[in-house]
Amino acid sequence: MATNFEPKIVGFLCRWCSYAGADLAGTNRMKYPSNISSIRVNCSGRIDPTLVMKALALGADGVLIAGCHPGDCHYTNGNIKTLRRFKLLQKMFDQFGIERERVRLEWISAAEGDRYAQVVRSMTEQVRSLGPLNWKNRVELTA
Amino acid sequence: MTKQKLAFNWASSCGGCEIAIFELGTKLVELTSKAEIVFWPAIMDYKYQDLEAMPDGNIDIAFMNGAIQNSENEHVAKMLRAKSKILVAFGACAHMGGIPALANTTTREEIFTNSYKETPTTVNPEKTLPQTKVQAKEGELSIPEFYSTVKTLDQVVDVDYYVPGCPPVGEQVSKVITQLVEGPLPPKGTVLGASERSLCYECKRIRDERKIGKIIRTYQTIPDPQKCLLEQGIICMGPATRGGCGSVCLDANMPCRGCYGPLPKAIDQGGKMLAALSSIFDAQNEEDIQKIADGVLDPIGTFYRFSMSRSLMRRTKK
Amino acid sequence: MLTRCKGFAKHKRQECCEMSTTPTKRVGVFVCHCGLNIAGTVNVNEVVERAKKQKGVVFAVDHKYLCSEPGQALVKDSIKQQHLDAVVIAACSPAMHETTFKNVVHSAGLNRYNCEIANIREQGSWVHDDHEKATAKSHIAVRQAIEKVKLNEALQPITVPVTRRVLVIGGGIAGIRAALDVANAGYEVYLVEKSGTIGGRMAQLSETFPTLDCSTCILGPLMVEAYRHPNIKLFRLSKVEEVKGYIGNFKVTVRQEPPYVDVAKCNACGECAKVCPAEVPNEFDMGLTWRKAIYTPFAQAVPPAYVLDSKNCLGLLPQACGECKKACDKFGTSCINLDAWPQVHEFEVGAIIAATGYELYDATKLTEYGYGTHPDIMTSLEFERMLSASGPTSGEIRCPSDGHTPKEIVFIQCAGQREPETGLPYCSKICCMYTARHAMMFHHKVPDGQAYVFYMDIRAGGKGYEEFVKRCQEEKGLLYLRGRVAKVFEENGKLTVKGVDTLSGKTVEINADIVVLAVGMIPSSGSHELASKLKASLDVYGFFAEAHPKLRPLESPTAGIYIAGAGHAPKDIPDTVAQASGAASKALDLLSSPTLEREPTVAKVTGELCSGCGICIPICPYTALGLSPTTKVAEVSAALCEGCGTCIASCPSGALSLRNLTDEQILAMVEAIVAS
Repeated sequence: MATNFEPKIVGFLCRWCSYAGADLAGTNRMKYPSNISSIRVNCSGRIDPTLVMKALALGADGVLIAGCHPGDCHYTNGNIKTLRRFKLLQKMFDQFGIERERVRLEWISAAEGDRYAQVVRSMTEQVRSLGPLNWKNRVELTA
Repeated sequence: MTKQKLAFNWASSCGGCEIAIFELGTKLVELTSKAEIVFWPAIMDYKYQDLEAMPDGNIDIAFMNGAIQNSENEHVAKMLRAKSKILVAFGACAHMGGIPALANTTTREEIFTNSYKETPTTVNPEKTLPQTKVQAKEGELSIPEFYSTVKTLDQVVDVDYYVPGCPPVGEQVSKVITQLVEGPLPPKGTVLGASERSLCYECKRIRDERKIGKIIRTYQTIPDPQKCLLEQGIICMGPATRGGCGSVCLDANMPCRGCYGPLPKAIDQGGKMLAALSSIFDAQNEEDIQKIADGVLDPIGTFYRFSMSRSLMRRTKK
Repeated sequence: MLTRCKGFAKHKRQECCEMSTTPTKRVGVFVCHCGLNIAGTVNVNEVVERAKKQKGVVFAVDHKYLCSEPGQALVKDSIKQQHLDAVVIAACSPAMHETTFKNVVHSAGLNRYNCEIANIREQGSWVHDDHEKATAKSHIAVRQAIEKVKLNEALQPITVPVTRRVLVIGGGIAGIRAALDVANAGYEVYLVEKSGTIGGRMAQLSETFPTLDCSTCILGPLMVEAYRHPNIKLFRLSKVEEVKGYIGNFKVTVRQEPPYVDVAKCNACGECAKVCPAEVPNEFDMGLTWRKAIYTPFAQAVPPAYVLDSKNCLGLLPQACGECKKACDKFGTSCINLDAWPQVHEFEVGAIIAATGYELYDATKLTEYGYGTHPDIMTSLEFERMLSASGPTSGEIRCPSDGHTPKEIVFIQCAGQREPETGLPYCSKICCMYTARHAMMFHHKVPDGQAYVFYMDIRAGGKGYEEFVKRCQEEKGLLYLRGRVAKVFEENGKLTVKGVDTLSGKTVEINADIVVLAVGMIPSSGSHELASKLKASLDVYGFFAEAHPKLRPLESPTAGIYIAGAGHAPKDIPDTVAQASGAASKALDLLSSPTLEREPTVAKVTGELCSGCGICIPICPYTALGLSPTTKVAEVSAALCEGCGTCIASCPSGALSLRNLTDEQILAMVEAIVAS
């Protein structure tokens, strides 16, 4: 793999837990790679599998969905619905040949700034070593 | 009034769409007062030269069914497009790739290896594989190139209308042809012969508690014909599939497989169904969720049975 | 930029097509230095210049401290001078100043939703060392915010009126406390109680731990206060039949059974009960005594009148007996009317407090303890009645079988509790304390008796609780044995308790006169039915669920419903009273204004696209989604919707969308991230 490949990672962070956790990482001046950009949603339950697919189809190399730990969801159990969708999506992505390291679901609480930084670091390096996904170009294959 | 010139052509198809039109029977005869069929190779002895000989725009309305799986399909699609004023993608294959599009889970190499080398009844001791060109003593012979990725009609040419279904049901076919022949023409890009709402809207089964405790396959039970199949653990694509087919499969106590394609605002039929189905898994922790999810033995085959070419991901990574 | 078109497939492809949103908003971008917090790492000028090149951006500028007075003034003035329709603030996290800037925008005459924040500090300059990379990421964050704000709808908060009246369901100590708090604050309370009197379980108690106060002495005055309070209207013998509506606007139907006795005239002389031929087990005494069909629930019942239990009366339709009426007419105050009918009351309230209390787990299921096979094997509540001065034995401890004074008494804690396989998996919190109290009271009343307490652990966490239990454990005549009881059985006419003492490692066999089982607390019967009428969630055990155990412990996830007392979870009286006052305070918060504003970023159904598949309905934890009986498609109750968006992700047709966080907006932000 080209050592200067910079993966593009889309992060869907839930407002109450993981986005606050990401902010905490900032307040504590922790450092992590800038390959991830976050989109704040109210609940990880907002994330529809087709949005993840579209993100990959548009050119993302990895997608991180982060929500509250089970039992802590601000909206009671939105994160459990996310988990249900994720498990089935993961099974389907296995068939598509999309490596599990590319699409991850993590529980990160508002107090876990360090965990957010750690997840981003490890995910960035894993996706970097897997190489670009480049899904758009695969579609043009006719030969 | 001058008669409209119609054409029916096929690409990678099973022939079912041709039969659907043929089965219009007497209605086809009635049609001859307003239209004449100038090209229909499935039924009559037409050759490509007949099509090539026509001036551009000669055909008023062309209906093409079948997916684009090889260079011949693509060539003919392009030719038909040039020769026609209106081109209709007819049937699930032309609309979304259909069953042939499941080939997008594999590659040409694997398909050839399987068909020409590995199937038990194949006798091919020299392991010969087809080539696009071969030198024979008469000269160079060529056959179309086989594509690894199956495409929809509109992924190779500009399409005016879509008629979904595998095949589109007779009543709808009749209405669509009449509508296009008599006019007025709907806006370009309209999906004809189908509802704007999902099958659930016309399904007569009773819906009770929307939850799934276990997923089973149709051979494992005789479903209660009154109750929603999803609630009985059988995956029915109805919620994510356009209606308009009269829910004939449901009436036969079988689940919808999704042949009428995605709803107008859904960006991916399979993904939407996956989302809806998993959302109502009756499980609150990872282990229980995994157990239910494991009941979906072939997610791609289930969720993209007809729509693989139209999906966001289009094909598997190979 | 790809936008989801609004015409359904009336164009070239069924995928997203290119269509410009008309009209395009004039967007202004303001990039904050935040001193050196941002500017020290991010090239702010470059961010400004790049922003100017984005489609729709007509103005971009930087400032040292945007949140300061001059900074805010810059934003406000620029909106006016540059005729901006929308604003992007690239600065610290929205968690810090989103509200601040939304207010600035509002003061400049724009809708609050025409303001978006790009987080280039907490998730930008503070976490990335490399200046180039931090700047590049800031461009992305700004671009995301621009694309989102362009598609935001100008939403107004949803205002709903508030009916300033509260319904309290359950007349136990929790319901009484909550009702009094609301009534004292000046609002009307309708208190609905299923039995003939308020008071609940606390009225059945003899003393309360850890102080050994007389329960009725504390409760009695509160009961009277509640009954006499001008703001409290008591509906006894009543059940909630139907609840319609939503927070601030509930329409409630209550069905009230008649008492058949005129409260104003009845002087509780008891002449009616003397002649009544129908006798049934007395629920107040947990079946240890009998009562007549016409009865007073207990001596301190409020109102202090008799009540006819029509279910156990020999018959009213047609009248089979009528002796009570005859007696009352002859010797009493002629206050019985046997021709009464149930009444249906319909009223409106703004808030509902559910305080439905508990009952005990069915001890007959605990076959190892033999409850039901011998009258001297009792539940804790039965023993409580025996201890009580108003109880079956006027407070004397006697064996129910033959009336003799017991000398050996065994208390079994955790009976059928903390046992996932055979009983309840949870701990009922109060049993260690009341068992200690029971043992202590036994000791006071039978000084030469011996009490044994079999326990697994002692849970005595409240104020003064540990000290109380320690006292009991050290008392002569009370023996605490750490171990479980395997079996309670009758042998040679005596009750035998076979258990173990783990601290000595020996098995123990005791010939007991009375065995008392500390059985678990379960939700009151009828609470399940009530919860479904309220559309309030229950937890796996059937207790009322709280919206969040730490953030919102007094409210149901369903807006406008508050919870208090043992109906929420097993708890003691101090916690019950505290929670009841807390729930009342929440209800008062709701009532403090004649109208209520709800966030408008709620779910929306496009009816023409919805097929009524119903998959979204169970997804919503707030029961904000339903199927219209007329149109057969889904509808959202905007007042109940909390805007989480989980339903949107379950909709297979895209008929559901979340206002100001639509799929188009999310995908536009994704594109801003992946476009190189």
